[in-house]
Amino acid sequence: MGVGAVSFFEVKDISKNFGGLMAVNGVSFEVEQGEIFGLIGPNGSGKTTIFNLINQYFPLTSGDILFKGKSVKGMKTYQICHLGIGRTFQVVKPLKRMTVLENVMASAFCRVNSFRESKNLAMETLEFCNLLHEKDKSAASLPIAGRKRLEITRAMATKPELLLLDETAAGLNPGELDEAIELIQRIRDRGVTVIIVEHIMKVIMTISNRIHAINYGQTIAEGSPEEVANNKEVIEAYLGEESYA
Amino acid sequence: MKRNQVIVALVGIIFVLFPLVVKSDYYQHLVILALMWVVIGGSWNLLAGYTGQVSFGHAVFFGTGAYTAGILANKLAISAWWGMAFGGFIAALVGLFIGWVCFRLRGPYFALATIAAGEIFRLIATNWESLTEGMLGIMILQTFRSKLPYYYVALALAASSIWVFDLVMKSKWGFYFVSIREDQDAAESLGINATLYKNISLLISSFFTGMAGAFYMNYMAFIDPEVVFSLHYISIMAILVGIIGGVATIWGPAVGAFIMIGVQETFRSALFGLAPSWVSQSHVLVFGLLVIFVILFMANGVVGDWPKIKRLFLRSR
Ligand SMILES: Nc1ncnc2c1ncn2[C@@H]1O[C@H](COP(=O)(O)OP(=O)(O)O)[C@@H](O)[C@H]1O
Ligand SMILES: [Mg+2]
Repeated sequence: MGVGAVSFFEVKDISKNFGGLMAVNGVSFEVEQGEIFGLIGPNGSGKTTIFNLINQYFPLTSGDILFKGKSVKGMKTYQICHLGIGRTFQVVKPLKRMTVLENVMASAFCRVNSFRESKNLAMETLEFCNLLHEKDKSAASLPIAGRKRLEITRAMATKPELLLLDETAAGLNPGELDEAIELIQRIRDRGVTVIIVEHIMKVIMTISNRIHAINYGQTIAEGSPEEVANNKEVIEAYLGEESYA
Repeated sequence: MKRNQVIVALVGIIFVLFPLVVKSDYYQHLVILALMWVVIGGSWNLLAGYTGQVSFGHAVFFGTGAYTAGILANKLAISAWWGMAFGGFIAALVGLFIGWVCFRLRGPYFALATIAAGEIFRLIATNWESLTEGMLGIMILQTFRSKLPYYYVALALAASSIWVFDLVMKSKWGFYFVSIREDQDAAESLGINATLYKNISLLISSFFTGMAGAFYMNYMAFIDPEVVFSLHYISIMAILVGIIGGVATIWGPAVGAFIMIGVQETFRSALFGLAPSWVSQSHVLVFGLLVIFVILFMANGVVGDWPKIKRLFLRSR
């Protein structure tokens, strides 16, 4: 990066206080354009909350978030999407009484205005995400793997530059898992920068360029997958969780 | 697709020819009222059925439209037909105000506010006598003796409302309305400004309901606060028309309007004079039973559950 160049995406010392509980406490990281950036941490460590702060579902308690040098603080959630940051939900939110195609068309309207353009963009995105064969099914009828994929497809139809994926591999069988990994890599190859929150180590370790680990809302490590996997605090955090479970 | 267009064309022709064939003032009157309810039911459905913002107070918009036309005619001697455009416009302004106050909040605020607004407007219409003539109501001269012109105005209004609702629901707006109904958080994250699009839905809904109210003023030539701002004659009826025909369907409210006018008239006239007169008092009860029946057996209304109804009849033959 040259002198004076702004970074693509930057989270600066952000915190979120839920009535005394610091769900996120002074987290900072930078994401470079074109990479897959992993965000890991045990259950309840604040990963989803970070996503909710990035797309302004919750207001920040303190800190700032910059997308291509511009602060997103105070923007509305729908404006964040127009800005070019798409997201999926860990607890999937299909628009149930709409078909899969209609779900994707609704989001494609973020970039186009006519029915025809929206349908074209939706069909194209469905094909890219391998969901075209389900297009006429009602979103409610999809099994969990389909719903997770619909989340990604819908977010992709808004043509994001930065995509936030919240545990899109959770609940998938090994075959579906490999497909999900392959899809995320193809999304990155399209030029979309990805921040991925994942509990399943296999996924995050195989596809992330860099990983940021948090626990109790605070950063414990950042680095390459190998560095983070061998970090003492990370191992402890995850071991602690396993002995708990 | 083709087959549906043929059916729509046939239904259209039947409606155009109806008053030329059926000369009875009584039946023409019932169909005029039903056509007016097609507009109101469709408007309610756009907002509640498609956008998920349930209104218990569509009488606010109906009454505002009716009074706008009535006051223009009464005070300014402007033809109440002009009132149809103005009535829709003023009703939409009232709608926007309610939406501006309520739609920023989630939850039942809008539904509650519509009930309150209905009562407030009824009280205003009752007490601002210098403007509204209070309880006496507003009486104007009818433009036409024959029912025919009213019939065709009502038909045009009903047809254009269905056309507009259909167009809207096939556009970006329609997709946004349904997305907001299904999941507002998901909608927002997909770039949809939920507050804005709820207001757009309300704007269209209140505009058409106001037009229907202004038409009512023209047609009946008499309005008073108890009728046009009535909770149960207008607001509840709008809900019934939508639910019985089938919410979130284009043709549901149209079918519902004819069913409801039929049911209402059957009971109002005490089964056309065949039953004792107390039956005429019972139509509210019948409305209630009808809603329970529909919710239990046809939750999607007549149009929404049409395949189910067809199967039932085919099987029993
Ligand atoms: N809306 C909320 N109100 C109060 N507490 C919340 C809310 N959302 C999350 N939390 C709390 O914040 C902490 C972090 O949660 P979350 O971000 O969902 O964790 P993760 O996604 O890492 O599992 C948890 O203790 C959770 O209970
Ligand atoms: Mg989470």
